[in-house]
Amino acid sequence: MVLLTLLAAITIGIVRLRNLFAVVVLGGIYSFLMASVMIVLDAVDVAMTEASVGAGISTVLMLGVLSLTKTQETEPVHTPLLPVFVAVATGAVLVFGTFALPPFGAADTPVNLHVAPYYLENSIRDTLVPNVVTSVLASYRGFDTLGEVVVVFTAGIAVLMLLKGKRDIKPGPKRRRVHR
Amino acid sequence: MDLLQTIVAHYNHWIIIFLMVSGLYIVVARGNMIKKLVGLGLFQTSVYLLYLSPGKILGGTPPILSPQFSVYSNPLPHVLILTAIVVGVATLALGLALVVRINEAFGTIEEDEIFAGEEDE
Amino acid sequence: MKLDVIFRVTAKILIPFALVFALYVQFHGDFGPGGGFQAGVVAAAMIIFYAIIFGLEAAQKVFPPRLVELMVPAGIAIFAGVGVISMLLGENYLNYSPFAANPALGQEYGIILVEIGVLVTVSGTMVAIFYSFAGRGR
Repeated sequence: MVLLTLLAAITIGIVRLRNLFAVVVLGGIYSFLMASVMIVLDAVDVAMTEASVGAGISTVLMLGVLSLTKTQETEPVHTPLLPVFVAVATGAVLVFGTFALPPFGAADTPVNLHVAPYYLENSIRDTLVPNVVTSVLASYRGFDTLGEVVVVFTAGIAVLMLLKGKRDIKPGPKRRRVHR
Repeated sequence: MDLLQTIVAHYNHWIIIFLMVSGLYIVVARGNMIKKLVGLGLFQTSVYLLYLSPGKILGGTPPILSPQFSVYSNPLPHVLILTAIVVGVATLALGLALVVRINEAFGTIEEDEIFAGEEDE
Repeated sequence: MKLDVIFRVTAKILIPFALVFALYVQFHGDFGPGGGFQAGVVAAAMIIFYAIIFGLEAAQKVFPPRLVELMVPAGIAIFAGVGVISMLLGENYLNYSPFAANPALGQEYGIILVEIGVLVTVSGTMVAIFYSFAGRGR
């Protein structure tokens, strides 16, 4: 609970700050806190991934992009009233929805009664692998994982396509822009 | 006593909703592209928590089988979110690449300035 | 430039152990937390660390961009190839049971092979993305 409250506090910081460098560093702290929360939720594999991906790679990428662009956000010209209203209304509806959800930590919820017990009981028999996350990831749901790896591949190829070429955009008559 | 029980049972949901709504607010209200991507990241991590928290069973251990334990948390959300995180950083990189190209083409990453620049021509 | 001697020494001490740790995470993933995704990201993070401290050219000498870009599709080829092999051995796609005499042992071998494919693609993609962002900066 304390960790979750800290997460909320950092989120307020991220929303309010205008210096993008500070926002990115707070994002790294946020990721580490998120990893701690995931350990509390027994998701050790996920926590490991979040710590290395969220706090490591994505912070580095964000900082790299910041070095290519500006680090200060401009003052908004619109009033934030409409977005605040949209956000608060969405939040109110969602909070109303939570009262129908099962309480935290209950063992007899539909989520925990569907296929998960099968995996937990049969992982050793079927695959000899005691880490159920690994056996579900690579064996029971291997096809899903193949799809996810293909998504990573596609995103990587798209980034290479966007950034790999020479900087061919020069200011001048050949510069293309969208005309309305 | 009843109120306290409700709070404990749903506190995680409320925090998740707060994170999600903050992400939504940043994406809608802020014009800076990098800030928008950070907001999308907030939204995304709130969904990770939303998946993971129902899988936790009080008194359970991480789903690594061992004869000493009998109650394990649900491994299925872990698998889904594990892959989602890696896919999330790949798509974040794609968004950042688009931001870099936008910055090269327009000289700014603020939405309003891009629109203003387009209207001037 | 004198001040970064601390970074250089720390990096030289840290990086070999961290790369070994990535391999540990990879192959211990069956018994503890870990697996191809985490190991790939840890390895990629170490290469990125090296590139930040010693410069992009030094990193690209050790891990040339061509190799990194080759790793991106190679991992998928390993993953999908394992599935094709299992089909050729007369089972369903990505059912690893025929890889060994004991079906459960075959599953374990299959998991290890597939995780290697995941490792190759994930680390290759992350490093390739970093190279393309860093190369844009100059």
